[in-house]
Amino acid sequence: MELAGIFKYFYELLVSTGLPQVWVDIIAMVAAAVIIFGFLAVCALFLVWWERKVSAHIQQRFGPMRTGWHGWRQTIADAIKLIQKEDITPMTADRAVFYWAPIMCFVAAFAVYVVMPFGDGLIVSDLNVGILYVVAITSFTIISLLMAGWGSNNKYALLGGMRSAAQVVSYEIPMVVTICSVVLFVGSLSMVDIVQSQAQIYQWYIFRLPFGPIAFIIYIITGTAETNRTPFDLPEAEQELVAGFNVEYSGMKFAMFFLAEFVNMFTVSAIGTTLFLGGWQGPFLPSWMWFLGKTLVLVFILMWFRWTYPRLRVDQLMEFSWKFLLPLSFANLILAGLMKYSGWFNW
Amino acid sequence: MAEYAAVLVFLLVGIGMVLFTFFLARLVRPANPYKEKNQNYECAEKPVGDSWIQFNNRFYIFALVFVVFDVEIVFLFPWAVAFGQLGLFALVEMVIFICILLVGLAYAWKKGVLKWV
Repeated sequence: MELAGIFKYFYELLVSTGLPQVWVDIIAMVAAAVIIFGFLAVCALFLVWWERKVSAHIQQRFGPMRTGWHGWRQTIADAIKLIQKEDITPMTADRAVFYWAPIMCFVAAFAVYVVMPFGDGLIVSDLNVGILYVVAITSFTIISLLMAGWGSNNKYALLGGMRSAAQVVSYEIPMVVTICSVVLFVGSLSMVDIVQSQAQIYQWYIFRLPFGPIAFIIYIITGTAETNRTPFDLPEAEQELVAGFNVEYSGMKFAMFFLAEFVNMFTVSAIGTTLFLGGWQGPFLPSWMWFLGKTLVLVFILMWFRWTYPRLRVDQLMEFSWKFLLPLSFANLILAGLMKYSGWFNW
Repeated sequence: MAEYAAVLVFLLVGIGMVLFTFFLARLVRPANPYKEKNQNYECAEKPVGDSWIQFNNRFYIFALVFVVFDVEIVFLFPWAVAFGQLGLFALVEMVIFICILLVGLAYAWKKGVLKWV
């Protein structure tokens, strides 16, 4: 059951009402944005629950069990709790910066979904700069973290914000260079072109030896760091910085940071699926199911990391990026260039 | 340009949705601020001074190195897209370009800039 047909049917229904084309397009885009917002909200609720269950099973405890079957209503209850919480702005905070930081954080995570290929034909707008747009928009998260850290006028928040900016900035370069090495094979930045160049399973970029697996591993490591998750979760190290940049936030503003964090985790996995695991391509099942399935497998791997590895030290973290990942990713890019030029594995 | 309209729509809808949830929360949440509650959190102590202070310039140096490599990446993307048509010349050119920047990285490394203290 392909979803693209359903959306096409509604679009044609909208066209048949006789509205001017501009309005039809605007209504369709707003509807798409609202649907994706709903999807992400539900997805984040699910991922929070899933993360707690995964952590509990890895560490031999129960996790949420009391509310509903295996606690599936727990995160819904949490969301209702958060919406009722008082919204506190510290007296000395920079009010405007403090207010807009969570909005910016969420919007930066949300705007990526313009170019997300959920399935065959299930893409809001196939921009020709696709993957570059993703890289550009996700960078705005750094600014929002800095805004939150600086705007709170709190020492822990400031330290957390600065650390996380330094970390995200450091891991961005290996990540983008790795993305570049995939783009080199595709010859296009468009997300649809990237997926379509991996039609068969042996064409998936993860299987293009020797560059593919290295690129995928670099991507997963940098993706974990970009989303500030363990073992790279120094910005929010509970034991030393209480909660890092979001220590002063409460209520819905805190919920927005939380939501953005899980949306970002989903984004990183979804982009990883698109780049290395063939996106929506797969036999028998509808395309969107393949996409979601592969993405959730990557999400699970990120969760697995989080509950298995201890946290790195700040200096180890920075040196790992600059002294290991960066040279490795450049070497891998040159390797990919050589492979492409020599016709090695050039299917 | 029409396809980029979706980006604008997403930005506006995103902001609108967040503001809408803030508004919803305002309807149901309590509001009872007082001086102690609105104080900055500092482990239950009275906050000492501002936190808007001069900051370790280590962050600044990393940001500087980042900008250098980020600009390089801006050049890498068009190269990667056009690589299929350009062939050997582009490959050699880019290897030279990357090597020049890696010399810069080696210099920074040698100078101890990449060391986090």
